[in-house]
Amino acid sequence: MPPPAASSRYPSPSQPSGKSEVTDLKSQLRQLAGSRAPGVDDSKRDLFKKVISYMTIGIDVSSVFGEMVMCSATSDIVLKKMCYLYVGNYAKGNPDLSLLTINFLQRDCKDEDPMIRGLALRSLCSLRVPNLVEYLLGPLGSGLKDNNSYVRTIAVTGVLKLYHISASTCIDAEFPATLKSLMLHDSDAQVVANCLAALQEIWSLEASHSEEACREKESLLSKPLIYYFLNRIKEFNEWAQCLILELAVKYVPSDSNDIFDIMNLLEDRLQHANGAVVLATVKVFLQLTLSMTDVHQQVYERIKSPLLTLVSSGSPEQSYAILSHLHLLVVRAPFIFASDYKHFYCQYNEPSYVKKLKLEMLTAIANESNTYEIVTELCEYAANVDIEIARESIRAVGKIALQQYDVNAIVDRLLQFLEMEKDYVTAETLVLVKDLLRKHPQWSHDCISVVGGISSKNIQEPKAKAALIWMLGEYAQDMSDAPYILENLIENWEEEHSAEVRLHLLTAAMKCFFKRAPETQKALGIALAAGIADFHQDVHDRALFYYRVLQYDVHVAESVVSPPQQAVSAFADTQSSEIKDRIFDEFNSLSVIYQKPSYMFTDKEHRGPFEFSEELGSTSITPEVSSDIVPAQQFEANDKDLLLSTDEKDDNKGLSSNNCSAYTAPYESSNISSQMQELAISGPAASATTTQSSFDFDDLLGLGLSAAPAPTPSPPLLKLNPRASLDPRAFQQKWRQLPISLTQEYSVNPQGIAALTVPQSLIKHMQSHSIHCIASGGQSPNFKFFFFAQKEAEPSDYLTECIINSSSAKAQIKVKADDQSTSQAFATVFETALSKFGMP
Amino acid sequence: MMISQFFVLSQRGDNIVFRDYRAEVPKGSTETFFRKVKFWKEDGNAEAPPIFNVDGVNYFHVKVVGLYFVATTRVNVSPSLVLELLQRIARVIKDYLGVLNEDSFRKNFVLVYELLDEVIDFGYVQTTSTEVLKSYVFNEPIVIAPARLQPIDPAAIFTQGAKRMPGTAVTKSVVANDPSGRRREEIFVDIIEKISVTFSSSGYILTSEIDGTIQMKSYLSGNPEIRIALNEDLNIGRGGRSVYDYRSSSGSGVILDDCNFHESVRLDSFDSDRTLSLVPPDGEFPVMNYRMTQEFKPPFHVNTLIEEAGRLKAEVIIKIRAEFPSDIIANTIAVQMPLPNFTSRASFELEPGAAGQKTDFKETSKMLEWNLKKASIVGGAEHTLRAKLTFSQEFHGNITKEAGPVSMTFTIPMYNVSKLQVKYLQIAKKSSSYNPYRWVRYVTQANSYVARI
Repeated sequence: MPPPAASSRYPSPSQPSGKSEVTDLKSQLRQLAGSRAPGVDDSKRDLFKKVISYMTIGIDVSSVFGEMVMCSATSDIVLKKMCYLYVGNYAKGNPDLSLLTINFLQRDCKDEDPMIRGLALRSLCSLRVPNLVEYLLGPLGSGLKDNNSYVRTIAVTGVLKLYHISASTCIDAEFPATLKSLMLHDSDAQVVANCLAALQEIWSLEASHSEEACREKESLLSKPLIYYFLNRIKEFNEWAQCLILELAVKYVPSDSNDIFDIMNLLEDRLQHANGAVVLATVKVFLQLTLSMTDVHQQVYERIKSPLLTLVSSGSPEQSYAILSHLHLLVVRAPFIFASDYKHFYCQYNEPSYVKKLKLEMLTAIANESNTYEIVTELCEYAANVDIEIARESIRAVGKIALQQYDVNAIVDRLLQFLEMEKDYVTAETLVLVKDLLRKHPQWSHDCISVVGGISSKNIQEPKAKAALIWMLGEYAQDMSDAPYILENLIENWEEEHSAEVRLHLLTAAMKCFFKRAPETQKALGIALAAGIADFHQDVHDRALFYYRVLQYDVHVAESVVSPPQQAVSAFADTQSSEIKDRIFDEFNSLSVIYQKPSYMFTDKEHRGPFEFSEELGSTSITPEVSSDIVPAQQFEANDKDLLLSTDEKDDNKGLSSNNCSAYTAPYESSNISSQMQELAISGPAASATTTQSSFDFDDLLGLGLSAAPAPTPSPPLLKLNPRASLDPRAFQQKWRQLPISLTQEYSVNPQGIAALTVPQSLIKHMQSHSIHCIASGGQSPNFKFFFFAQKEAEPSDYLTECIINSSSAKAQIKVKADDQSTSQAFATVFETALSKFGMP
Repeated sequence: MMISQFFVLSQRGDNIVFRDYRAEVPKGSTETFFRKVKFWKEDGNAEAPPIFNVDGVNYFHVKVVGLYFVATTRVNVSPSLVLELLQRIARVIKDYLGVLNEDSFRKNFVLVYELLDEVIDFGYVQTTSTEVLKSYVFNEPIVIAPARLQPIDPAAIFTQGAKRMPGTAVTKSVVANDPSGRRREEIFVDIIEKISVTFSSSGYILTSEIDGTIQMKSYLSGNPEIRIALNEDLNIGRGGRSVYDYRSSSGSGVILDDCNFHESVRLDSFDSDRTLSLVPPDGEFPVMNYRMTQEFKPPFHVNTLIEEAGRLKAEVIIKIRAEFPSDIIANTIAVQMPLPNFTSRASFELEPGAAGQKTDFKETSKMLEWNLKKASIVGGAEHTLRAKLTFSQEFHGNITKEAGPVSMTFTIPMYNVSKLQVKYLQIAKKSSSYNPYRWVRYVTQANSYVARI
């Protein structure tokens, strides 16, 4: 208990200054120390309390150490406890006093009262004085053998404390082995639970340098041990149950009976009033059924109700934690929650952090059947007194509009927002209308007439202003006074503080000029002059570029600045599917709350039970560029997760080969557009291979790197095992743990594309090259396959994800390998095999 | 799984209790936490979320009676576990102190430290059961006067001057002796229902939900087994039907969407005769939480009208009607309604003879407030408020978009909307003369009760 800092900053007037009071206390304590008068314990209690209260408010009372210890030679347990509290606080800073302390604590460890034995042992182990560890061994050893369970519980945790003070002392004394045997044989559930906690911590830390600890750690996950815990889970208190469930998550079941046995054992844990127990159980269920699509879906249905009950029965803080997990599930499987949307309506008195989550959830589950109701509800929030929530609600409406095919009704609502004449509502709405028009240009007519009525003077927020200017430029031919509004804005160039707005002004002036040259010429001239004189580098560069390209040839300028627009079919996801999967793997942890995998916010030693390689995540971090677009007539966004809707499931059954029908789909969500984007930025080499003129932004990213990377010298040929085997579960685990060692794009020859009408043929073809398919899916034009292969000589695996787009005749592969040095060699084998596909 | 520190801060940021279990978090964590919570967003409006990370340290907090209960850790723990733990620590401390507030904390901090040492060891939770803790904890609480009581939980409303309730019960420590020297044998079972209703502008119910708890606090000696019988026509789960399918829910019986139970509850005969059996541990705890979206009759009907009355004027009429039996009386009702932003003045007109009603217009927040005292809200009663608004500027557009929604808070003792009932409460004890007091109490509270206009 370090002296609390806050109290020194806000001293209360009644606080004693310290010195004289402490001296006073010292003499009083000394008087009482030797006394055996009746009632002396009560006086001591009062004095002790005073000492402790000084300690709490930050006054240094270490000078009475000796007196405190002397006074505690008593059987009064309340006095003892206060003394232990005091000693625990000051011993570390006063090594000379520590020996004194240790003597008296050691004596108490042999007291006949088990309570005193336990308390003394706990205090002894909590001293954290490294050079005195040898004094701990004896008391700890007898504590572990004590006939009282309270003492044993404390001794077990004491071993863990010792380990943290001096790991070698703890290991040399073979305490872990003692704990293991206690864990298996002790009759007291709390002793067993503490053994489990201590051993997990010790072995995890030891595992990095000791193979034996590694084995021991693995042995905690053996079937008999898991069942030993699960069968008697109800004997443990709710907190220990969480510990056991967290262990069970890591258990790899032997077969489906095993899975169902565990689920049946734990079924009633879902009715527990403690949200932590329920979430830990949910995690076990979700992880166990990862490879069983149908059951996995049933699990979602089963856990929905208990989670909703927890959301509404706890404090707002507890609701928030549960709701964050529901949020994750909703985003993964929106269709399962589609009919429950009313549960995610905001209540007026909820904290804003809860409301924000709910808005995101409503956005995620909006589909054809519920959009009308959800949007109606969101529109109510747009008038909310909490402006931040009002803004979020409008954004939510916009996002729903962008993800729907039928936006008819939503457009009307958005336009109604503009009539509300609230600045922030108008601002948010403008941004949305702009995005909407980029995706659905057919609505331009309706929108433009309303937008045209907005006075640009009322719009201050840069994003909104930029949106309005973009529309003025883009639809200059439909808005009669567009050139004049732009001219007006350009005349106020100096007052425009946002560089973003000035950039947009330049572009809009250009676009307007191409459409209505006579009316815009003057304004454009002013804009270019102002732009070239601008102190902001980007604005200056853009103005100069426009100026020069206009000088060169107006038609070229038009084709550069204002090419025929393509509708945007999907806006890029801000989070890659790999990151989302990683967060899902870390269900029931802070990763879900922060919406980030643990490696992004925790240092390695504190990552807890989730141990994955770091590279996997970091290679695929997608920067948050929400405005980046993927013109996607090439891709049907195939954004379904593991949980496929029924019709798709059937499709998949048709596609996948017989031997892996149980594993219908990869756990990974295959949002192709976001994966494409990852590819584009995961490194210069990859970006160069994908810069096939398909993305405009890639040109920017690939600037200066447009030359294809020099072909790597062909590595020695790799021999693959024709009879390799790998079960789906192991595949899944590996896929998650290994980093991507290679991403490539190949062209597929036309014969191959033709043969792909029967996807099985590719599977057979690859098999003949010792590359085996484990799962496949998708439909024209996008096919996705997961392959694996093994080295001939040694059990070293290659895992490959292969996406073939039949309309562009491209195949993208991601390779993960046990032996990463040979992944290029494998890719070559893969490419060779693929290139022969469809050839006679 | 483990936490590093636990502390309690006052609203001003003073340390009330501080315990460091693992010495992993650098000094100054209390200050870091407090600064972050106070200034979450520059404008100071947004509330800090209960969990955040500063420099690799995760801070968890729950607010109980205006105090911050905080835990820190560097490990990627289960967030629910820590928040649940903090809430539970608050409850255990309250069980011991009787009353939970800054004052009782300061008077009893040695006892609180004693509790904390047994609840958590080296960051791992050992137990949060008041029952189990009793055998390890020896300090006696210094009970503070219940006059200074702050309500901590819904059950505390029973103490708000309701004469027929033994009000001190909920503020009694589980260990302190009664001033009379004898412990009274009694058990409290409270059925607390929080209801959320949203009415559309046309008065039709958009959403409704009941979140209920059966809460128990036992002062029975010798831990006898208890059986609680609920309605026999109680059903759980709504099968394949959509939760909000109102048309099909007119059938008889109480249908819960879902429920969960305290770990001491045994459900052996729950399926056959809807009885729960348990040996109640000491202290206050929820026996069962339930959630219901079955159609129910909202206790209040709200009718709101806002109309322009001239260039710079408008009139608001709010009418509320109590839709419950006349032998039931609601506690204080508060009605709130945000008025258009450019409202500069509001004058109120209550119905003739109205007593115990107060009206107010909060200039800064543009909020209309209407409070009704207890005596006036007998079942079946109807009350109307008229407000004349004056605007500071002319307004074009739809005035209903600028005002509302109307929200209400209320408490109705001895009334529950779900019709879930405790049919009987059986205490198993051999002696025939043993007849402890059994209090079964119902209460309905507004959680989010909103009428749109």
